[in-house]
Amino acid sequence: MRDVVILGVGMTKFGISSLSQKEMFAEAALEALQESQVKARDLQALFVGNVLGDFEEGQINIAPFLAAEIGMRPEAPATRFESACASATVAVRHAALLVRSGEYDLVMAGGTERTAIMGTPLATKTFAMGSHSEYERFSGITFPGVFGMVAHQYAAKYGIPLESLKQAMAKVAVKNHKNGVLNPLAHFRKEITVDTVLQSPMIADPLQLFDCCPFSDGAAAIVIADAERFGDRVEKPILVAGTGQGSAGPLYRQKDLTRMAAREASAKQAYEEAGLGPSDIDVIELHDCFTIAEVVALEMLGIFDFGEAPEAIERGDTALDGKIPVNPSGGLKAKGHPIGATGAAQTYEIVKQLRGECGDRQVKDAKVGLVDTLGGDFGTVCNLVLRRY
Amino acid sequence: MSSYPLTFHEFKQGLAEGRLLGLKCLECGAGSVPPSAVCAECGSPKLEKNSFSKDGLIRTFTVIRVGPEGFEAPYIVALVELNEGPWVLGNLVEFDAAAAGMDLINKRVTVSSKGIPPDPGAAGVEGVVLTFELT
Repeated sequence: MRDVVILGVGMTKFGISSLSQKEMFAEAALEALQESQVKARDLQALFVGNVLGDFEEGQINIAPFLAAEIGMRPEAPATRFESACASATVAVRHAALLVRSGEYDLVMAGGTERTAIMGTPLATKTFAMGSHSEYERFSGITFPGVFGMVAHQYAAKYGIPLESLKQAMAKVAVKNHKNGVLNPLAHFRKEITVDTVLQSPMIADPLQLFDCCPFSDGAAAIVIADAERFGDRVEKPILVAGTGQGSAGPLYRQKDLTRMAAREASAKQAYEEAGLGPSDIDVIELHDCFTIAEVVALEMLGIFDFGEAPEAIERGDTALDGKIPVNPSGGLKAKGHPIGATGAAQTYEIVKQLRGECGDRQVKDAKVGLVDTLGGDFGTVCNLVLRRY
Repeated sequence: MSSYPLTFHEFKQGLAEGRLLGLKCLECGAGSVPPSAVCAECGSPKLEKNSFSKDGLIRTFTVIRVGPEGFEAPYIVALVELNEGPWVLGNLVEFDAAAAGMDLINKRVTVSSKGIPPDPGAAGVEGVVLTFELT
């Protein structure tokens, strides 16, 4: 098996943008190419996450337009990946797998999304299309609703008073906003308090507005290459040490929503492939679409024992200066969540952390990092273990 | 080609007639409600149509305060475990959303259904949602 490395990364500022999805992607892609010291015409393929472009801009099959936009050649296949919020991570993973297999030596992966233009009612409706269209959607279930059910089930399962769980959840939001202040590309750069969360409007019980990440616009791009042929182009290539991806059916088949089969399968694959375990991880970017999502993800990734994440969060273990810093970028909560670009942006952050380029939000001496992205009602989870090469 | 064991259309018809249809596995005995192409537990395609009891327990719930277009909030979404084991998603009705709290979990409910008109903004079919009432 060949070693696969990330040569360079690029990312737009996340937030509300007046740029089109193609314009945003071009900005991120050109930055990634420049960092990588390679040219677009040398890229052999493009793998791009994009979820709701159909509704946002009336644009399907965006991938070849993006390839043409940045000057890739007709010989290079360009393909859109759609796995809801996990789309870009799935794109990055497939890019890495095809480089490792020897099919390609130099490719780009990434994602672009312009969610804010939809407005909240259409965005809520289109996001809910991630639920089973015959047997779930007609209940009016929403993504916050799904994670509201996770929170209630978690409290019942572990016998934790809902008010205590909500305190720990609020601390996730407070921590991620604090990190976001240090990230110039974050959507929100403003500290909040536990009271900000607990006094915000209820969205889907027990989740309040500040338990939820925003709809954002943004793009990110990653150049992935065979280490032997291209590794010496840059000073600090980052190894894709392991990847994983799991799948699961509708919520009513998953039953215990505090244990997501797709994530446990995916994380296991990624750790095993990397020959590493949870205790080897120095920094994590994980899918905090809602505060409770960060709580349960930490347990399924093996960072804390089941039922113990709330206590660890209260202790500060996941803070920037804690035992295992989580979401130093601000996470989806503060950095923002342009769904089809999110996984590429998580990868961007881990690459920058492992290169030691994160300034005030730098995790000290980070050598191994983990990316965790969840799509739909936990139907898709994709993980990447990255390390210094 | 094998034919799909219990289609959404048939499932809806069953509910309209007051029956909760699903599939019983002839190999492991597990029930699959709503139906799927193979047994939800063991993957066997050897299935027979079966009527399920319309009784179960609330396992978790949420109150939707901000709904998608076409849904009037607040309303309650719940996951219910049927007596035979399968879990189903639906709406808890005839219950004041303002009174919804953790004590709903493990409460016993009966299952009915409600038709949902086709979405004017999409080419979708007429839908149906399971409704739960506390017993």
